[in-house]
Amino acid sequence: MCGIAGLIHRGKSSKVGHELQGMLQALKHRGEDSTGYALYGDTDGKNFIMRFKVGENVGEGSTSVAEDVSVYDERKKIVDGYLNEMEAKIIKEERILPYSLRYEIEYNKKDLLEFSQKIESIPGVEILSMGKSLEVIKDLGNAKMVCDRYNLDKLVGTHAIGHARMATESGVDIKSAHPFWGYPFSDVSVVHNGQLTNYWNNRRALENKGMRFMSECDSELIAVYLAEKMRDGASLEEGMKESLTGLDGVFTYFVATKDSLGMAKDTMAAKPLVLYESDDLVAMGSEEIAIRSILPQEIDTYDPFDGEVKVWQI
Amino acid sequence: MANIKSVSKKTKAQAMGMHTEVLTGRTQQKFFNPDEAENFYYFGTHDVDFNKRTDLDVKDMTAAEANKEIDNLMGQGYGTIVIKNPQGKHSLGVGILNKLNLIFEGSLGYFGMGSCDGPIVRINGRVGWSCAENLMAGKVVIEKNAGSCFGAAIRGGDLICKGSVGARTGIDMKGGTIIIGGDAGAFTGFMMQRGRIIILGDVGINLGDSMYDGTIFVGGEIGSYGSDAVDAELTKSDQDWLKRKLKVAEIGENFDVSKMKKIVAGKKLWNYDNLEPTEKKGAI
Repeated sequence: MCGIAGLIHRGKSSKVGHELQGMLQALKHRGEDSTGYALYGDTDGKNFIMRFKVGENVGEGSTSVAEDVSVYDERKKIVDGYLNEMEAKIIKEERILPYSLRYEIEYNKKDLLEFSQKIESIPGVEILSMGKSLEVIKDLGNAKMVCDRYNLDKLVGTHAIGHARMATESGVDIKSAHPFWGYPFSDVSVVHNGQLTNYWNNRRALENKGMRFMSECDSELIAVYLAEKMRDGASLEEGMKESLTGLDGVFTYFVATKDSLGMAKDTMAAKPLVLYESDDLVAMGSEEIAIRSILPQEIDTYDPFDGEVKVWQI
Repeated sequence: MANIKSVSKKTKAQAMGMHTEVLTGRTQQKFFNPDEAENFYYFGTHDVDFNKRTDLDVKDMTAAEANKEIDNLMGQGYGTIVIKNPQGKHSLGVGILNKLNLIFEGSLGYFGMGSCDGPIVRINGRVGWSCAENLMAGKVVIEKNAGSCFGAAIRGGDLICKGSVGARTGIDMKGGTIIIGGDAGAFTGFMMQRGRIIILGDVGINLGDSMYDGTIFVGGEIGSYGSDAVDAELTKSDQDWLKRKLKVAEIGENFDVSKMKKIVAGKKLWNYDNLEPTEKKGAI
């Protein structure tokens, strides 16, 4: 089933980590195999923040194979070496969990494709996000568990999207968890609720064009699809509108960039979405209770219609 | 259900043109007989006094606890219950088979007022997906918007949304009336079998797709027609009925019903015959 939630503050910052945690926790009955956050924090915008993993969580319910922690250390060393080779200077380094790291990097080249390909050429290493304000955090368990594990409660920012996953079409692991980074674009992330029925056709076509997939989760296609459209010069909104016909199946998805948040709903309107919009806040989720977790007072909400695409700026 | 019997003569509903299909073979027509309405009751229902009123704050209750408490209050004779702080909870007010005035001061989540028979409900907020699914009788009024599958499979009663509704409104409905003050999404009236839907605003694509019977009235623009949904003539009696219905529903009282479009089933998709499935197998 899966649940998605997102919010954007317009004209101010807020504790988006805490707010999104509340929204996703309210949706935990829609799936708690894994939970993911894409948080757009307040930064000075100078350096890149790279969230990456050097292994999988092999805890309860995981479909991944256990590895020795020494393997993670070895992979981290290679990452560090490659960063040095590419003249990417590590400003700050945090090892949040044995398999999960956060680097603040000074890197002056604009093209992240070559950078990402180099890092991800290391077996078992995946960049979860790369951006100047975006941080993707995803792991097994429900929203509260992931939030506590990664200390997200205090993160201040302008907007965020998140996903509570019930694994159906791929494994219970971090690589199949949402959000997906819109590789190789800085600060682009996607969450999705639904099933895409032309996944393999689209994937083959996109791979032939040089796009990269890290999982076999159909939702990853949306991120790659939009990234390819943007690579070809389309705006985010144009790419999203094209996705209504380019992607087959049932879907509601959110996409976020450094300064915007968007939603798209398929032409069958088969997947739920409730939306609240005011001058200073947009909040949306698979169910109204997600919005109620941050706005308990009586508010006006509505369901966007079939085939609707909306984008809001901060 | 008690006291439903087959009738050989034309029922009031048939005389009003509410059931146009001819059912033959072993099928027995069993329609509600208004003359027997007073004898119509369920086991376990309560004798309530509409003038006896109380509030119920459900903020810290689960849906099951809230519904149990509503039943408990009806057992104490309360005929008017005001629910405070529903806060978008799912499945509130389900399975009420009783006469009751129920008022929600706020919004409901999914499946609100599902499988009810008899209550008069006012929701001063919004409702999520599948509101009033399987409604048998009574009246449910939503002051704001509603989610998808609004009034799915209802068999009777009036279901009114003063705002806009999502996709698949009235899907599989088998009777009753759904009235929408605003717009409606795609696949409105999908596979509806009987009943009527009135939409004062615009409606999305595939209106009345694969509908078997029933009628849809649309005041605004239609995105597209679904399979086998066709235009029909809006008669004088249709207009009179629409005016009456909108007035009773406290919605669009001054709406110009003469310009509404009437959509019915073309009946080209019908694949009924007189054989029961077992007989069909034998015939093959």
